[in-house]
Amino acid sequence: MSYLSDGLPVMEIAGGIMIGLAAVLLMGFNGRIMGVSGIAGGLMTPKRNDWAWRLMFIAGLAAAPVAVTLFGGSLPPVRMTGGAGIAAAAGLLVGYGTRLGSGCTSGHGVCGLARLSPRSLAAVIIFMVAGALVASLVHPLLGEV
Amino acid sequence: MQSLIALFAGLLFGLGLTVSGMIDPAKVQGFLDVTGRWDPRLAFVLGGAVLTSWIGFQILFEAKRPVLADSFTWPTARQLDRPLVIGAILFGAGWGLFGYCPGPALAALSLGHPQTIIFVIAILAGMAAHRLTPVKRPPGSSRQNA
Repeated sequence: MSYLSDGLPVMEIAGGIMIGLAAVLLMGFNGRIMGVSGIAGGLMTPKRNDWAWRLMFIAGLAAAPVAVTLFGGSLPPVRMTGGAGIAAAAGLLVGYGTRLGSGCTSGHGVCGLARLSPRSLAAVIIFMVAGALVASLVHPLLGEV
Repeated sequence: MQSLIALFAGLLFGLGLTVSGMIDPAKVQGFLDVTGRWDPRLAFVLGGAVLTSWIGFQILFEAKRPVLADSFTWPTARQLDRPLVIGAILFGAGWGLFGYCPGPALAALSLGHPQTIIFVIAILAGMAAHRLTPVKRPPGSSRQNA
């Protein structure tokens, strides 16, 4: 297994804990589930007093790599795997699919599994298998761009 | 005040996605591609996040209300229905194809890769397309799980 030669997955575990803390924070203070597709999708049908926190959450999310650099940290490598066409096709699938399926990796994956929701567990298994199938097909073909 | 918490939660979430390497599409594809040189490290991100929020949610389940809001909006949908299955298949396919799910893509916007910007715009287009599609929903399966 490649991760043994790369050392212990310290940053992965640390990052996971930060993600979990963010989910607890958003629920504990605002009473909201931390699902990115739901938070972003809610902006499509803005209700009164229900859009500002969504925009702020996304702003914080987008500011994260900037904050890392600002405080002297280094970013991990970010390697694109496809060109504009692949990105557009994948984005359409992700946007439509997450709304139809009521969630993505954060809503179903993190929060749903933490709530022990059978519905989210089913969604996670299905999107993991679909992702593995497609990635196994395209990964050897595309590699890095 | 709620917006401030949302900003901080978003930032913390984004920092987690950044340091864990979730913002690297090649790493995500290496995790999803179980047939190649499988890189299982990203499983620790999900594991760490689920365990942390599971502990936190146990505490919140006992609380009457959130600090700043009137009530907790826990998702209520229970059924495993067709939209969930088809939606998860489509989402998984898109995730495997490019290596980004919505969170990491938004976090990586500032890095300025044109593909990331195109991907995010396409997500919004896909969400808009879903909104415009009339879908019959059985009661209780509303989009509350995101």
